[in-house]
Amino acid sequence: MAEKIFSDARSALDGLLFDGMTIAAGGFGLCGIPETLIDGLLAAGVRNLTIISNNAGVDDFGLGKLLRTRQVKKMISSYVGENKEFERQYLAGELEIEFCPQGTLAERIRAGGAGIPGFYTRTGVGTLIAEGKELKEFDGERFVLERGLTADLAIVKARRGDRYGNLQFRKSARNFNPVVATCGRVTVAEVEEIVPDGGFDPDAIHTPGVFVQRLIKATSNEKRIERRTVRQGEAV
Amino acid sequence: MTDRIMAGWTREDLAARAARELHDGYYVNLGIGIPTLVSNFIAPDVDVTLQSENGMLGLGPYPLEREVDPDIINAGKETITELSRTSYVSSAESFGMIRGGHINVSVLGAMEVSETGDLANWMVPGRMVKGPGGAMDLVAGVRRIIVLMDHTAKDGSPKFRKACSLPLTGHNVVDMLITNLGVFERADRQSAFVLRELAPGIRVEDVRRHTEAVYEEGLR
Repeated sequence: MAEKIFSDARSALDGLLFDGMTIAAGGFGLCGIPETLIDGLLAAGVRNLTIISNNAGVDDFGLGKLLRTRQVKKMISSYVGENKEFERQYLAGELEIEFCPQGTLAERIRAGGAGIPGFYTRTGVGTLIAEGKELKEFDGERFVLERGLTADLAIVKARRGDRYGNLQFRKSARNFNPVVATCGRVTVAEVEEIVPDGGFDPDAIHTPGVFVQRLIKATSNEKRIERRTVRQGEAV
Repeated sequence: MTDRIMAGWTREDLAARAARELHDGYYVNLGIGIPTLVSNFIAPDVDVTLQSENGMLGLGPYPLEREVDPDIINAGKETITELSRTSYVSSAESFGMIRGGHINVSVLGAMEVSETGDLANWMVPGRMVKGPGGAMDLVAGVRRIIVLMDHTAKDGSPKFRKACSLPLTGHNVVDMLITNLGVFERADRQSAFVLRELAPGIRVEDVRRHTEAVYEEGLR
């Protein structure tokens, strides 16, 4: 079996990158984002990227890093409100954005990865999101046609992975990662921990190795918190 | 005639009123802002499971400082805790719960609501657009949509209107509207809204004067 474990982000991305490519990235906000591989894209300097990702990071972290270096041409996202540099580039006409409702985005990625070119959903009917798209009536209700999404490269973050590319995510850091892993022509995963052969309970694998071609041990696990909300401790 | 100063319900009152709509055994999605406060007012004998669209079912309270875990966040990207019932799913499966009609109620904020139940809460033309997030999916998929909002805009103009002036989040999706002046409800999505309750100190004339939408009056 071809070796899936690579030594670092640079070697794992080697031969996969080209200007103008489409990259899908897992994560929600700053939770479960492939920090190490984003740094790898930054170092590689690949440009004119179309990025499929629910959010666009913050100014100095996550995908925001690639915006700062002007490596991104277009974002396909549901919400980009946490990023000032994004706003500046967008208002200056330097950056394109395709807004997609969050659930529709997740389903478009899932569909793309599952070989489904399009599906009908109620989400967005009667709004700007449905403009220019086919509408169809089922049982007296209107639905809009949304297209499946695939990418030249998908990058994801997982808690654990093994040499076969099997992945296990952790808590709400799972988010978009399992579907993003399915939509790449090539998928590269970074994991916090590489488990030894046979170290996974087969029932506990979230993404089977068939979807993952390359895997590295993450070197960046900052996991920056966007909104640290706490409650006061009860008196003992 | 000078206009009376409109007060009525506070943010907490709105959240508490919405909480009374949540019944035992419900699965509920709370939006960002005032709707998040609703969880503070759920009666102790009412067992509700909160869902967060990023992929968490069974949200606990905010963590103690020592419990903060960056891998446990809600849809507002706030740190949160898990419960014994909690499960995690992918965002695709999470929206399957929403789109598939498995969530009983969603409580959301709004900029405008129309008399036919249209909702606008994601975009103001000319301002930076941040994106719809999961709001369009929630209003299209969750069985019952409750909206919390101020009755009027900062300039005093009505937000419950004949038709929304802002781009829609959803067409004919609102079932109940709770504002600082009162509660409007409708039997189904073919029916008109009925003014059912007034906030303390608010009169029906106050509501009439500050509402553009056509609605019926049927105080309980």
